[in-house]
Amino acid sequence: MSPLLAMFVAERLVKLSGVDLAIIAFYFLLVLVIGFYLKKFANTGEDFFLAGREMTAWVAGLAFVSANLGSLELLGWAGSAYQYGIMAAHWYWVGAIPAMVFLGLVMMPFYYISKTHSVPGYLKLRYGTEAAGLSAITFAVMTILMSGVNMYAMAVVMKVVLGWDINFSIWVSSLTVGVYVAAGGLFSAIFNEVLQFFLIWFGALLIPILGLIETHGWAGMVARIQQNFPGQDFTHMWAPMGSFANNPMGINWIGIVFGLGAVQSMGYWTTDFLVVQRVLSARDIRSAKLAPIIGSFFKMAVPLIVILPGLLGLAVLPMHLVPASDLQAGQHSYNEVLPLMLARYCGPGLLGLGITALVAGFMAGMAGNVSAFATVWTYDIYRPYLNKTAPDKHYVSMGRWCTIIGLIISIGTAYLVMGFASIMDYVQALFGFFIAPLFGTVLLGMLWKRVTRWAGFLGLLAGTLSSLTMFLLMHKIDPDKWVPIFARSPLAKGLAQDMYQSLWACVTCVVVTVLVTLVTKPKPDQELVGLVYSLTPIAHEEHASIFHKPAFWGAVAMVLFVVLQIIFW
Amino acid sequence: MSEKHHIIPVWFFVGVLLFVYGILIFISGIAELSHPPDTVLSNLHAPVWWGALLIVLGGAYCLIFRPKNT
Repeated sequence: MSPLLAMFVAERLVKLSGVDLAIIAFYFLLVLVIGFYLKKFANTGEDFFLAGREMTAWVAGLAFVSANLGSLELLGWAGSAYQYGIMAAHWYWVGAIPAMVFLGLVMMPFYYISKTHSVPGYLKLRYGTEAAGLSAITFAVMTILMSGVNMYAMAVVMKVVLGWDINFSIWVSSLTVGVYVAAGGLFSAIFNEVLQFFLIWFGALLIPILGLIETHGWAGMVARIQQNFPGQDFTHMWAPMGSFANNPMGINWIGIVFGLGAVQSMGYWTTDFLVVQRVLSARDIRSAKLAPIIGSFFKMAVPLIVILPGLLGLAVLPMHLVPASDLQAGQHSYNEVLPLMLARYCGPGLLGLGITALVAGFMAGMAGNVSAFATVWTYDIYRPYLNKTAPDKHYVSMGRWCTIIGLIISIGTAYLVMGFASIMDYVQALFGFFIAPLFGTVLLGMLWKRVTRWAGFLGLLAGTLSSLTMFLLMHKIDPDKWVPIFARSPLAKGLAQDMYQSLWACVTCVVVTVLVTLVTKPKPDQELVGLVYSLTPIAHEEHASIFHKPAFWGAVAMVLFVVLQIIFW
Repeated sequence: MSEKHHIIPVWFFVGVLLFVYGILIFISGIAELSHPPDTVLSNLHAPVWWGALLIVLGGAYCLIFRPKNT
């Protein structure tokens, strides 16, 4: 049995009835119908890769937040909530909301005004082909790897929860995704993400509702957790952050505020092209600014269907879940808390809805990564380096073929994943070392016109290499020696190490970029118009009412965010 | 969203999905009224009211965003 499969139980958790199967089958049918319907609208490059740039702020905002609401996140963070308590919500609040508002109000105008197709596309305009090429190649590898991991994780969950054959799940899901993304491009991916958003909410929302009824409310839940796990604090977010020893994650407030909030979260939400591509599909600059802010309100609510079920699991499940590495026959791992809660409350029909939500989440994860891969390959690798002068139709055709080829490589990746012990940790770390320095490069490029072509490239390279080095030192070479140095405490667990690794990688990128900038020649101002803050006339909405201004809603989101921190302090 | 291409709004498809699921879940909830499944709080008959909610929401989305209105 593969190690990832062993993370879950060996026996199937639930048995589906006819109505459950009908619900799953209808979902597959509907996404295929939508894919074929949208094919006729995806004719030009802008249509296929940017959904025609005609999405409303609401559609772009929901797709933006949905691209990060895949089933890997649902299962993983519900498991983390069981393991670490409500501290896991940091990844939904301080680890998302400020960055989303920042993207909408500060960074989106530059992406949108420069009319780029992608984040590497912006780097090409701002710095040149070196930084753009490095970013495009790393990103293409990441998307394929993530697509394959989504595919394999879905197959594992289907195997464990339903007893389905792994090969069957991999091939059916990838064929379906391949057909509808190759047909409708980003149109299909975004439509599917919006469907997935509703499915996940309606499929998972019953768990906290029924859970809170069973525990007689929040206070009853807290009392039961204290009874089941005496002496442990699972229901406060910031109070245990005073020192590394006070919480099970082995992290302090500096790691959360600066590592997660200031670097990793900012890096992910503002430079990861998978999510930024959704906002670039907005129909005008106001919609593009508003989309991430709309997304931030939904993101704030997601802990209700992810973190709360994990906490309720601590309160109501008759057994104690264990880490995947300590799993023995008859036990359940943290990762199973969401399926266990689903099976606890949901009978025929509702169970099918919950399982369909998980399937949709995995498939949207694949579709999002594959559509981002097709864009980055076609516009940032194929067109600038291999075929500069082909007509638009050729690039659309290349995008369609890339979708299929990307999925075939993803299938290979999915089978490859079976041989690795903790692939999810590796993917998270890989993602971290790429995204954190990229944030430094993009932000400096947007805010400081002096930054030079070579400073951008060398800063990004140095940040990425330093992050890779830290990862190898902390995970492979000598954890006992290097974890206390980089993560500032021998108690730091995986997530805490990731946060500090991101922080130092970004600092390295910024320091190298600044130093190289000081000794190299800057680009002339006229080449930076529309790309740098001081040289770009930003369109303001002077004539819009306050309720139509993104800045107003950004402020509301930040106030709500602060209120939530105080409530769950 | 559909100004340039006149695409059926995604909300209509959301409505179809919720409406069909609502009907399936509501019917299965009615069918199990006399024989509740072996789940916690099955006495609350969640599929009946959850299915009804999906029917109402899905129906409203279908009606508001039906293609001829776009």
